[in-house]
Amino acid sequence: MDFFVYQNSYVFVAAFLLLGLLLPITALTVGRWLRPHHPDPLKSTTYESGIEPFHDARVQFNVRYYMFALLFVIFDVETVFLYPWAVAYDELGLFALVEMLIFVVMLLIGLIYAWKKKVLTWT
Amino acid sequence: MSWIDQLLQSPPGWSNFLTFMALGSMMLTITLGFVTYAILAERKIMGAMQLRHGPNQVGGRFGLLQTVADILKLLLKEDIRPAHADRALFIIAPILTYVPAFLVIAVLPFTEAFHFADIGIGLLYYIAISGLSTIGIVTAGWASNNKYALMGGMRAAAQMISYEIPLVMSVVGIILFTGSLNLIDIVNAQESLAFIFLQPIAFLIFFIAGTAELNRTPFDLPEAESELVAGYHVEYSGFRFAFFMLSEYVYLFAISALITILFLGGWHDPIPYLELDGPGLGAIWFSLKFIGVVFLFIWVRVSFPRLRADQLMEFGWKVLLPVALANIFVSAVIKEFFF
Repeated sequence: MDFFVYQNSYVFVAAFLLLGLLLPITALTVGRWLRPHHPDPLKSTTYESGIEPFHDARVQFNVRYYMFALLFVIFDVETVFLYPWAVAYDELGLFALVEMLIFVVMLLIGLIYAWKKKVLTWT
Repeated sequence: MSWIDQLLQSPPGWSNFLTFMALGSMMLTITLGFVTYAILAERKIMGAMQLRHGPNQVGGRFGLLQTVADILKLLLKEDIRPAHADRALFIIAPILTYVPAFLVIAVLPFTEAFHFADIGIGLLYYIAISGLSTIGIVTAGWASNNKYALMGGMRAAAQMISYEIPLVMSVVGIILFTGSLNLIDIVNAQESLAFIFLQPIAFLIFFIAGTAELNRTPFDLPEAESELVAGYHVEYSGFRFAFFMLSEYVYLFAISALITILFLGGWHDPIPYLELDGPGLGAIWFSLKFIGVVFLFIWVRVSFPRLRADQLMEFGWKVLLPVALANIFVSAVIKEFFF
């Protein structure tokens, strides 16, 4: 019985996925029949507030939040551990709480280190 | 046992799939209706708060057909694609943004009888799928080959990585108290007391991080009008633009429903011990709480100015993250000694 609920739930998700794809596809197809189409080389220039566009937008530039992205990976993995811990907390009890506390404090030390190293300031 | 529950327990097959498609289409219509009137409500409320009228011409005194007219106008607009844009990615991006927005609705339970998928990992599913929309936004920014759009897309990614973590961590307290990720179980656990009273800090963090995930003011940096014109969707016109708009408001629907489910007790009556849980009343309680949350989002949008990019990042990492972590352990200790 429960296995049926499990299977049916994912059939539901598949139905939603199909509908989510169908709406934009139908809407854009119907739109193609209705909307005007008068191509013009000036129309298809890149918009830069009225100034003639210069350079390509795809240039090398300084992604300032590179270090934030590294921190994100670390803390996202941490949440992966926090979720099952929280679900099973009733069975695990105080011992698991202390263990999780040690794990999180170690990551917090990392966060404080990054903080002191001025990684968290947007320069 | 409700009709949908019986359907879920029947052996899966094509007939089930077709019924689910019909239910999904109904939900699609509901969300489209919500989006239409949420936009109108937002404009009306913003108007009232700024001492002006808001839309009052199309469709009677209250402008009831204003958004419908706007959508029809967008449908008839020419589709302009910049010459230097990456054609395939430019076309895929709005779809990539919209599909996850609709997919997350599949796990939200609205009343005891009216819910769709009953997944054990409902909350995790919501968080995982909703994160995918950012890929669509970054794709749009990159594919447009426009400097404003690229900046907007990059900001969206920066914002997502900073606010996803406090958002995800704030709900750990609720999982601790419920012992389940299933959203139906979470609502059932709030029969006597809504989690907003047990987890007020988590609610605040979730609300702030949720606003950031929605890219709404004060966190609307990816599309900041005054600096990036329209951010990641500058180059989009017509219905492709409409799909970015649509996914933004479908997310507003989804996250307001999620806040109702997680913190406000879903379909249970707001004042426990009054025994106001009659049949059909669940839908009314849910709608009232839901409308309250949507109003709160609109109110916040009218009240706050936009943050600067550096303030945004520092607030996420230096304030929200430590507070969310502390909240988890305070909740665990409370649960250990008082429950």
